[in-house]
Amino acid sequence: MRNLTLLTVPLLAGCAGRHNWLSSAGAEADRVEGLFWVLLIGAAVIWSAVIGAAVYAQRRQVDPGLEHQARWFIVWGGAVIPTVLVCALLIWGLVILRDITPDKGDLTVRVDGERWWWRVTYDGPDGDVVTANEIRLPLDQTALFRLTSDDVIHSFWVPAIGGKMDMIPGRETTLALTPNKTGNWGGLCAEYCGGAHALMRFDTVVMEPDAFDAWLAAEAAPARVAPDDPGFAVFRDEGCGACHTIRGTDARGPVGPDLTHVGARARLGAGIYAMTADNMARWITDTHAMKPDADMPPYPDLSGARLEALVTFLLSLDHAE
Amino acid sequence: MTQEIDLSKLPPPAPYDEARDKAQRSRLAKAWQGPPGWKIVSAVNNSFIGKWYLLTSFAFFVFAGILALMIRVQLAAPNNDLFGQQLYNQLFTLHGTAMMFLFAVPIFEAVAILVLPEILGARDLPFPRLSAFGYWCFLIGGVFVCGSILFGVAPDGGWFMYTPLSSNEEYSGLGADIWLLGLSFIEVSSIAAAVELIVGVLKCRPPGMRLNLMPLYCWYVLVVAGMILFAFPPLIAGDLLLEMERAFGWAFFDVDRGGDPLLWQHLFWIFGHPEVYIIFLPSIALIATMLPTFAGRPMVGHSWIVLSAIGVAFLSFGLWVHHMFTTGLPEISLGFFSAASEAVAVPTGIQIFCFIATMLVSKVRPSVPMLFAGGALAIFVFGGLTGVMVALVPFDWQAHDSYFVVAHLHYTLIGGMLFPLMAGVCYWYPFVTQKAMNARASRWAFWLMFGGFNLAFLPMHWTGIMGMPRRVWTYDLTDGWAVLNMVSTVGAFVFATGFAVLAINVLWPRGKAPFVARNLWNAGTMEWAAEVPGKPWGVRSIPYIHTRYPLWEQPGLVDGIDRGEWFLPDAAEGKRELIVTDILDARPLHVQRVGGPTFLTLGSAFCLGAVFILATYHLWALALAFGAGFVGFTLWWLWTGTSEIPERPHKDAGRGLTLPTYAQGNRSPGWWAVFITMTGDMTAFMGLVFSYFFYWTALPDFPPAASQLPAFGGLLAGLAALIAAWLMTVAARSLLGQGARRAAMALLVGSVPVAAAGLGGWAWAAWAVGLDPTSHSFDAMVWMLILWMGLHLIPNAIMQIYVAARIWADICNPEYRADLMNLTLFGHFLALTAIVIFALLAVFPLMMGAA
Repeated sequence: MRNLTLLTVPLLAGCAGRHNWLSSAGAEADRVEGLFWVLLIGAAVIWSAVIGAAVYAQRRQVDPGLEHQARWFIVWGGAVIPTVLVCALLIWGLVILRDITPDKGDLTVRVDGERWWWRVTYDGPDGDVVTANEIRLPLDQTALFRLTSDDVIHSFWVPAIGGKMDMIPGRETTLALTPNKTGNWGGLCAEYCGGAHALMRFDTVVMEPDAFDAWLAAEAAPARVAPDDPGFAVFRDEGCGACHTIRGTDARGPVGPDLTHVGARARLGAGIYAMTADNMARWITDTHAMKPDADMPPYPDLSGARLEALVTFLLSLDHAE
Repeated sequence: MTQEIDLSKLPPPAPYDEARDKAQRSRLAKAWQGPPGWKIVSAVNNSFIGKWYLLTSFAFFVFAGILALMIRVQLAAPNNDLFGQQLYNQLFTLHGTAMMFLFAVPIFEAVAILVLPEILGARDLPFPRLSAFGYWCFLIGGVFVCGSILFGVAPDGGWFMYTPLSSNEEYSGLGADIWLLGLSFIEVSSIAAAVELIVGVLKCRPPGMRLNLMPLYCWYVLVVAGMILFAFPPLIAGDLLLEMERAFGWAFFDVDRGGDPLLWQHLFWIFGHPEVYIIFLPSIALIATMLPTFAGRPMVGHSWIVLSAIGVAFLSFGLWVHHMFTTGLPEISLGFFSAASEAVAVPTGIQIFCFIATMLVSKVRPSVPMLFAGGALAIFVFGGLTGVMVALVPFDWQAHDSYFVVAHLHYTLIGGMLFPLMAGVCYWYPFVTQKAMNARASRWAFWLMFGGFNLAFLPMHWTGIMGMPRRVWTYDLTDGWAVLNMVSTVGAFVFATGFAVLAINVLWPRGKAPFVARNLWNAGTMEWAAEVPGKPWGVRSIPYIHTRYPLWEQPGLVDGIDRGEWFLPDAAEGKRELIVTDILDARPLHVQRVGGPTFLTLGSAFCLGAVFILATYHLWALALAFGAGFVGFTLWWLWTGTSEIPERPHKDAGRGLTLPTYAQGNRSPGWWAVFITMTGDMTAFMGLVFSYFFYWTALPDFPPAASQLPAFGGLLAGLAALIAAWLMTVAARSLLGQGARRAAMALLVGSVPVAAAGLGGWAWAAWAVGLDPTSHSFDAMVWMLILWMGLHLIPNAIMQIYVAARIWADICNPEYRADLMNLTLFGHFLALTAIVIFALLAVFPLMMGAA
């Protein structure tokens, strides 16, 4: 069904493990990684001690005189040592929690979970900058994510950079992420949200701050659409604008992802397919083969020159001057 | 009436007389024999029901295991589209659901039903027909829920059914209804079994077995059954809210109408986390029972273990929020629940160290059960340590909903539950079948299971660290999860092979194999006193127990039991009889007659199952008809099988002990069953009260302005009528005691319209101000509380008339009035419920100044 591997291998070559918690790509992930190694070593020591004690107890000769020592063994091994250890861990955990939950960040990004994609809104200098399924972040700055959902519960997770936070209808949750390594990191929906939950991904591109500012400015600009673009005519005739917005045109649909700069994104279908002409054509005509249950209706009747024009038009919606 | 038994003053047993022994044995056999041929389905004795329960639970385990293997096949390779999205979502939902609700909890009840009476030296549980009813409910409900996958309509919202995915018809279909109604039905049977087991442990211990002499297994059963009683009802309350939203559009979880999706998560995990320990503790109980046997000495730290089990039970109700660490709760809540989650490691650790300490001071005989127990220890300790990790909030923010948690939970459940259970199967197989398993095959099974398990689940920790989220049916090669998933799949199949070897070993026909020796492991607990080959009555005579390990510490006990030297050695009246003792000191109170084989419970369970199944498809008229059938069968069962007036008030129980043959009020197990059931019922009600206050904390307009409040006058008049109805029942009880039969009947029947008028007053109070349950959560909550009262008044009305009829028929009379006393107890709880509802609807909004 999905020849996704072939298409995305070139794009992601060398990026295996882009979801790894231990990538050291974010300050928050780094704090948890530090905790993890200590926990892992501690667990290994405790497991070996407990199992070692059991094996020793099984093998040794009977010594009823040990009854008294056995009680001390229970008190120390079962009660005192675990209590001390978990208290220490608890305090450490709460200190880390406090450190990774700042009240404000260097920038704010609003992300709204949809079935099954991500609506992303930046606070631009001239108001909201709406995009979808790709999040760009400036290096070494703390981004405060304001997370919401209008349908079901999703969870926003970029494992390489930090922890996850649920997106719950009727509430706004927050999550701080401070990326400290440039690159394209994987983002996922972590809370089962029905149907195509597995295909609800996004790219997290960490950039140098200057490059980020340039990107945001380009993203904020309206699309450059020639009035006589044949692809835009198809877009308009097929009613795509009822669901999708292309800023700078009369396409104002609020339902699906904003397509103003769709051609500038690395992937389509919410982070799952490379943004190529073939994939775009297939997405339009055979949507549910690429993403079962997706809300977008397929347009199987589109073909030939009209389809080609539409695809060319959509891919032209990039940041190029 | 309570009889203190002084062992030294007990008259000596009559000299052995072979003819008498034979006659008694034949009378006992006649009373306890299971029904012949196909009529076996009407059996109710614990040895039948326990075995069926066990086999059925394992059948659901195999079913859920096959689903797991399908999951593993789907995930074996990247971009695999073998099963596809839709089926996969059903697979993992049903896998979790079936493992939790159809295997892990029922198997505890199955084992307990099978062995508890024998460990207690009793012949059966106090309500055998209730066990049978519970079993049939479980079977019908389980087949209904599991069968749905064959029609492609299985639940696909996850075993946790988070709203609004599960509540909004747009996102979920029939599967959600099947989950809600099918499982509510099964939860009823779980609670029935819990009630039975609590009463069994508290009231059916052998004379002399004071609480501190009770075997550890019974302590765990008591603790776990108590946990079920407090954990399942909040989920039932949640199920009720969710199904009302799904079926009738009531506004509980829809944010646009004042609902809150997080309420479901609270109700679900208030059940869901104790559930983990409800699964874990009974299996630890198995190890605590067999370890002393193989160590050949009593458990070190007996009281420590009991206190730790109780401690775990308490703590387990205070840490549900650790399933909700990523829902954006305030830091103070996170800190509190993180601490509680860490704290549970301590009592758990104490239990494990008690086991190791016991091994330290003894020489443990190697055996297949101990091999499984050792494997359990290795796996469970690992799972416990990752549990300490995920209880830390920052770590959980990474691990939550990733494969790390999948690995963690399988380490705790398979190490803490499945391996001990397998140890228990190998340990008690000879007790149940009186044949020996093939030890070599069992060892093979162990190593395949142990190796396969670790191969499957150890890499999953790393899969989680590599960022693989749960419940995804596909992934890409570039995600870097392919190799780890393939290894897990191979491991899963090795694990399944190991289980298959063990299953074949258990099911292998051994008709001609020799019987095992009696008490072949040389255990100290009473179940091994059973004769080989087995007898239908369980224990030949019910002994006086004054030690923790009677078979070790009371020499000559088994011979005395066999010769019928102890209590109730006969069934002179052809009835099935138990000795009921008091809760603390196990002094004999009376002889309890329990029901024999019947089809009534089967009919009752069938009709109730039909009600739930038909309601799923909104076939209300048919459901109502089967509801009437259920009431009919149940009344028939009660009428013919409970509170029978004995042929004489006392009987000789042997060794000079004369016991009453009838009990009422708090001396009777039936009264305790009502009390315990209603405690569970109040817990479900507390779930609704919790919901009410949850909305109050979450919404600014809850309760709303005065004009939208239910009419105070109607509420007050309704309460007055409901209290009057209750007082009429209480008065009927006293009047019947004084011999005024007609007045009692009149009051009982007369209270029904009074109560109905009270409910009508409440309904009017809500209706008059235009409260519409589909418009806002406050309206829905008001109607839900009124509905709750109504749902209780229906059975109450039926039972009022039933008892009046019993009085009329002279089965309930001034001397023998257990039915009326139980009904009055029910009435007390109803009155309390009415007062709390009134406080919530009328008083609380006033206090908040809404008026």
